[in-house]
Amino acid sequence: MEKHGTIVYLEDVTVNFDGFQALRGVNFYVDHGELRALIGPNGAGKTTLLDTICGKVKPERGRIVFGAMTDLTRLEEHEIAALGVGRKFQTPAVFKNLTLLENLMLSLPHRRNIFSTLFGSLTPQQTDRIASTLEILGLLEKAHQKAGSLSHGEMQWLEIGMVMIQDPQLFLLDEPVAGMTGGEREKTGELLKRMAQDHAVLVVEHDMEFVRQTAQKVTVLHEGMVLCEGSVERVQGDPRVIEVYLGRGHPVDAHDSRP
Amino acid sequence: MSAARSWKRRLLAEIMLGALLIIGLPLLNALGILSDYYLNLFGKYLSLAILALGMDLIWGYTGILSLGQAIFFGLGAYSVGMHLMLESSGKGVYGEPIPDFMIWNRVFELPLFWKPYQHLFFAFLSSLLLPALVAAVIGFLTFRRRVGGTYFAILTQAIAYAVWLMFNRNELKLGGTNGLTDFKSIMGFSLSDPGTLRGLYLVTALCLVGSFLCCRWLVRSKMGLVLTAIRDQEQRLRFLGYPVATYKIFSFAVAGALAGLAGALYAPQVGIITPSQIGVLPSLEIVVWVATGGRGTLVGAIVGAVGINAARSVLTARYPEWWPIILGGLFVGVVIVFPEGVIGLPQQLGRWGRWMRVWLFERRGAGPGSVGGSQRGIETSKRPMLSEED
Amino acid sequence: MVRRIYVLLLCWLAIGASFAGRAAADSLEDSARALAIPETQRETLAHIRDLGDPAWKDALQALKEGALYSWKGQLLILDESGTFKDLGGNPLLDASGQPLMPEADLEQVPLEEANISLVQRALDVIALFDPNPKTRQAAIMKLANLADASVMGLLVRALERERNPVVQPMLVEAVARLRLSDPDPLLRAQAVKFFSETRSEAALVPLKALLEREEEAALKRAITQVIGEIERYLLFRNAVGYVFNGLSLASILLIMSLGLAITFGLMGIINMAHGEMLMLGSYTAYVIQEFFSSHLPAQQDYFFFVALPLSLLVVGGVGLVLERGLLRFLYARPLESLLVTWGIGMLLQQGVRLYFGDQTSVNAPTWFRGGWEIMAGLIFPYSRLFIIALSLLCLGVVYLLLYRSDTGLKIRAVMQNRDIAGCMGVSTPRIDAFTFALGTALAGLAGCALSLVGTVDPEVGKTYIVDSFMVVVLGGVGKVLGTILASLGIGVANKLLEPSISGTAAAVYAKVGILLLVIFFLQLRPTGLFPARERSTEAVGR
Repeated sequence: MEKHGTIVYLEDVTVNFDGFQALRGVNFYVDHGELRALIGPNGAGKTTLLDTICGKVKPERGRIVFGAMTDLTRLEEHEIAALGVGRKFQTPAVFKNLTLLENLMLSLPHRRNIFSTLFGSLTPQQTDRIASTLEILGLLEKAHQKAGSLSHGEMQWLEIGMVMIQDPQLFLLDEPVAGMTGGEREKTGELLKRMAQDHAVLVVEHDMEFVRQTAQKVTVLHEGMVLCEGSVERVQGDPRVIEVYLGRGHPVDAHDSRP
Repeated sequence: MSAARSWKRRLLAEIMLGALLIIGLPLLNALGILSDYYLNLFGKYLSLAILALGMDLIWGYTGILSLGQAIFFGLGAYSVGMHLMLESSGKGVYGEPIPDFMIWNRVFELPLFWKPYQHLFFAFLSSLLLPALVAAVIGFLTFRRRVGGTYFAILTQAIAYAVWLMFNRNELKLGGTNGLTDFKSIMGFSLSDPGTLRGLYLVTALCLVGSFLCCRWLVRSKMGLVLTAIRDQEQRLRFLGYPVATYKIFSFAVAGALAGLAGALYAPQVGIITPSQIGVLPSLEIVVWVATGGRGTLVGAIVGAVGINAARSVLTARYPEWWPIILGGLFVGVVIVFPEGVIGLPQQLGRWGRWMRVWLFERRGAGPGSVGGSQRGIETSKRPMLSEED
Repeated sequence: MVRRIYVLLLCWLAIGASFAGRAAADSLEDSARALAIPETQRETLAHIRDLGDPAWKDALQALKEGALYSWKGQLLILDESGTFKDLGGNPLLDASGQPLMPEADLEQVPLEEANISLVQRALDVIALFDPNPKTRQAAIMKLANLADASVMGLLVRALERERNPVVQPMLVEAVARLRLSDPDPLLRAQAVKFFSETRSEAALVPLKALLEREEEAALKRAITQVIGEIERYLLFRNAVGYVFNGLSLASILLIMSLGLAITFGLMGIINMAHGEMLMLGSYTAYVIQEFFSSHLPAQQDYFFFVALPLSLLVVGGVGLVLERGLLRFLYARPLESLLVTWGIGMLLQQGVRLYFGDQTSVNAPTWFRGGWEIMAGLIFPYSRLFIIALSLLCLGVVYLLLYRSDTGLKIRAVMQNRDIAGCMGVSTPRIDAFTFALGTALAGLAGCALSLVGTVDPEVGKTYIVDSFMVVVLGGVGKVLGTILASLGIGVANKLLEPSISGTAAAVYAKVGILLLVIFFLQLRPTGLFPARERSTEAVGR
C-alpha cells in the first residue's frame, strides 16, 4: 500500500465497547487532497472511526499514523488537533455564549499556550480571514450575534467555518448536512469541495445524493470492517453493499433515505 | 437589549463604586463620620470580596465548581497570621520569638517551617504563592485526568474537610482549634490604632480594585473567551487544539492566589484566624456569595460577598439561631428563583414580565428543539432552568 | 502434686501456730488478742491469711477501717449502726439486754502501716471462699495480678472446692500464672505448657518477665515459643476485630450510598442533604422511643420494631416532598442541585437543632445489648451484627427491585435514556419521585439503625456524607456493584488505618489517608471502579 501522499493511515485498528466490537481490525487510509465519503448502515462504526482518528476513543489494538510517522494513538485530543486534524461533530457543537466572531477567533490556528492567549491580539490578517470565512458561510452580518441564536443549519455552517479556519490538513466531518434543506445541502457541498482543494476531507454521511455529488471516493463500512471501497458507481453496484443495505432502503434512492 | 447603553451604565456604576471605596469611606472615617468599627468591618468585607472574585473567575467563567476555596483563603490568612503572631510574641528561650500556644504545648523551639515567617515579605509572598501552588497541584492531579465537574466538586469538598480536620490538630503547630490569635502589630504599627486600620482598609480597597481590574482584563482578553469556552463546551475546545487542562490549572491557581491575598488582608484586620474559617461550610458560603451576586459578572461577586456578609453581621447579632436557616434558604432560593443573582435581577424581572405577558396573551408553539441536548455531568450555562427560549 | 501442696500447707499452719505460741486449734479470741498487740500483729495476720477462714472477715474489715476496739480484754467491732458487736457478730448487751456502750477502757486496735497490705491480702484470700461467685472472680483476678506466691496454697485449696464453671477456669489460670514464679522448674514448665494451650492474653506480662529471669535453656525456648504464639493469636484476633468494625461501618455506608448512587445515576442530582436524611431517621427512632417510654413503658423494647419501618416511611415522605417540590427542576444539573440540597440540609439540621436540642440518645432494646464472643476477648456486639444483616437485606431488596421487578426495569430504562423511556410510556416524573423517595428512605433506615450504636445529634449526617460521596466517586455513579465494593473498601480501610496510627488523632488521619488514596486511585481510573465505556452517538458536550 502506497504510504506516500497518505495523510492518515489506520492499521489493524480494533475498538471495543464493553464487549461490543465497533471496529475490527480496520485498515483504512486517506490521501492528501482527497474528498472521501464514509458510508454504511447504522452501527457500522463510521463515527467510531472518526473518533479514533481525532483521539476521542483509543483503540485496543492498531496504529493510526498521521502524516509521515506520527502515531496518533499516543496523543491527546488537543495534541492531535494541533497537529492538523479538524473535527466537525454530528450535533453542532459551537460556543453558544460567544459571538460568531469569537467562535472563529478561538479557532484560528495560532499558538494555544497560556502566554499567547493572555497577551496575543488579533492581527489584521487574522481579522480578514475571519471576515472572509464568515462571508463564505454567508453569516457575515451576524458576526456579533451570539452563536446560540443561530438556526440549526447556520450552526452547522458555523462549525464548518470553525474547522475551516483552523486550517487542518485533515477534515473530519460527521453528517454535515443532517437536517439541512436542499439549498443548504448544495451550499455545504460546495464548501466541502472548496475545502478539499488543498486539504484532505473525510465525510461520514447517509445522504447518498450528497455523497454522489461531492465525493471522489467512497468507503463502505459494515459491522466494524471495510466492506468495499471505490468510486460511487462501483460501490453502488457492488452486490455485497446492496445486500447489506437491503431492507434498509436501497442506497441509490434519489431522496434522502436515512436508515 | 442595547448592549452599548448597559455597558456604559455599568462602567459608570463601577467607577462610582471604586471611588466610594477608595476615597469616600476612608475620608468619612477620617472626618469621624464613619466609625472605626464599621470601617474595619468593611475592610473585612472587601477582603472577602477578593476571595469571591477568584471564585467567580473559576466558577462563573471557567465553569469549575470548587467547594474548597476556603482552603486557599486559610493558607493566605495563616501565612500572614504566622508573621503577625511572631511579631507580637515574647522572646523564647532561644532568643527567637515564640508564640504562647507553643509554649503551652511544651514546644520551646520555633519549628523550622515557622522561621521564615519572621519576615513580612516572605509571609506575604507565601500567602500568594503557597495557595497558588497547592491549587496547581490539585488541578494537576484532577484536571489532567478529566475528573469531571461533579466529581471535582465532591473531591474539593472532601479535601476542605480533611484540611479542616488537620488544622484543628495541635501537631501541626498552628494553634490547633484556637488558631492564631491576639495579633498586636504589623510592621511596628499597632493594630488597635485606628490609623493603622485605616491604612489596612485602604490597602484592601486598593487590592480589591486592582484585582477586579486584573480579572476584568483577563476575562476580556482571549483568555476570557477560552475560559468561557471551557465552561460551555470543554470537549469542543480540545478538538480545536487547546490544552484544556492547562488552562483550568492556570485559572484555578489564579483563583487560589486571589483567595490567598484575601486571607492575607483579612488576618490583620480581624486579628484572628482559626480553622473554622477553613473547611466545608465557609467554602460553600463563598459559592453562595457569588451565586447571589450574579455569576460570571465579577461585579456580582463583590456585591454578593459584601451583601451577604453584612447581612450576616446584622442578623447573627439579633437572631443567631436563624442565620443557618436564612443561609440555607439563600442557597435554595438563589439557584431556583434567582439564578442570575442580584446583578441579573433586572433582566430576570424583565423576563418574568415577558413570560407573564406571553402566558396571558399567547399560546406558545414548540420552539426549536433543544439543540445541545441535555447536558449531563458538566456544569452548564447560567440560564434559568425554566426557560427554553433562544 | 496437689497432695504436696496440702502437706506444705499443714507445715505452714504448724509453723504459724508455733510462731504465735498458740496451742492446737485456733481460738478466735486468742488470735484476736494477739492482733491487738503491735509486735505480734504481723505474724497473726499472716497466720489468718493462711487460714483463709471466712469467720475472720468482719474482724479484718473492722481492723482495716479502724473500727476494731479492745475492751476489758475482749475485742469488739463497731459496726455501721454505731453499736458494738463481738467477734462472733453478736451485739454487746448489758444485763437488761440493751445495747451496751462501753465508755471506759475502750481502746482502738491500731493497724500498723506495714501491715496494711497484709490485711488486704488476708481479706482477698477470704474472698476466695465467698459464696458469691462474682466476689470470688474479683478476688482471683486481683490475686493473680499481684503475683504474690504466698497465696498459692490457698488458691490451690480454693481450686479444689470450686465448682462454678465460670470461676473454675479462672482459678486454674491464676494458679498457673503464679506457678510461673515457682522455684521448681518442673512446675514452671507445666505452667508454660498450660499457657501454650490456652493462649491467654493476661499471661503475656508474667511470661515475658519470666523470660528474663529464666536460666534453663529448654524452658527459655518453650517460653519464647509460647509468647510468640500468644502474640500471633492476639494479632489475628485484633485484625478480625478491625475487619468487623470495618464491615460495620461499611454496612452503614452501603445503605446510605446505595440511595445516593441511584439518585445521582438516575436524575443527575447530587443530594447533599442525604446526610440529613440519615439524621431524620435517627430522630424518628428517638421520637418513637420517647413515645413508647411515656405511653407504653411495658413494651419499651418493641419501639425499635416500630421505628424501623416508620423511619423508612417518614424520611421517604420527606424525600418525596423535596423531589416534587424542588428537585425536579434540577435534573441533570448536578452542581446546582448540590447547592440547593446543601441549603436544604442546613435548614433541616438547624431546624432539628432548634426543636430537639443538641444531643439525645437512643437506647438499644435489651436484646441488642451484649454481643457474641467469637474469640477470647473479642466480642461482636449484637447491634452491629444486626446492622450488617440489615444492610445485606437492603442490598437484596434493592437488587430485586432494580433487576427483577417491573418498576426496576423502568428505573433502569430512565437511567439509561430518559427521553426514549418517556416515549415508550414510562412516566418519568413518577419514576423520579419514587426513586428519590427510595434513596432517602434508605438513608432514613440507615439512620434508624445507626441510632443503636451512636448518639442522635444534628451533626450525624455530616459525619457520613463525606464518606458516602467518596463511595459514589469511587464506585461509579449508578452502579450497584461499584457501590458495594467501594463501601467495603472505604469502610474496612478506614477501620484498618485507624489502629495503625497511634495517638488520639487516628480517626482524623485515617480519613485524610483514605482521601489521599481515593485521589490517587482516581489518577489511575478517573471514572471510578467501573468506568462506563459507552458508545456515544451524541456530540461533544459531556
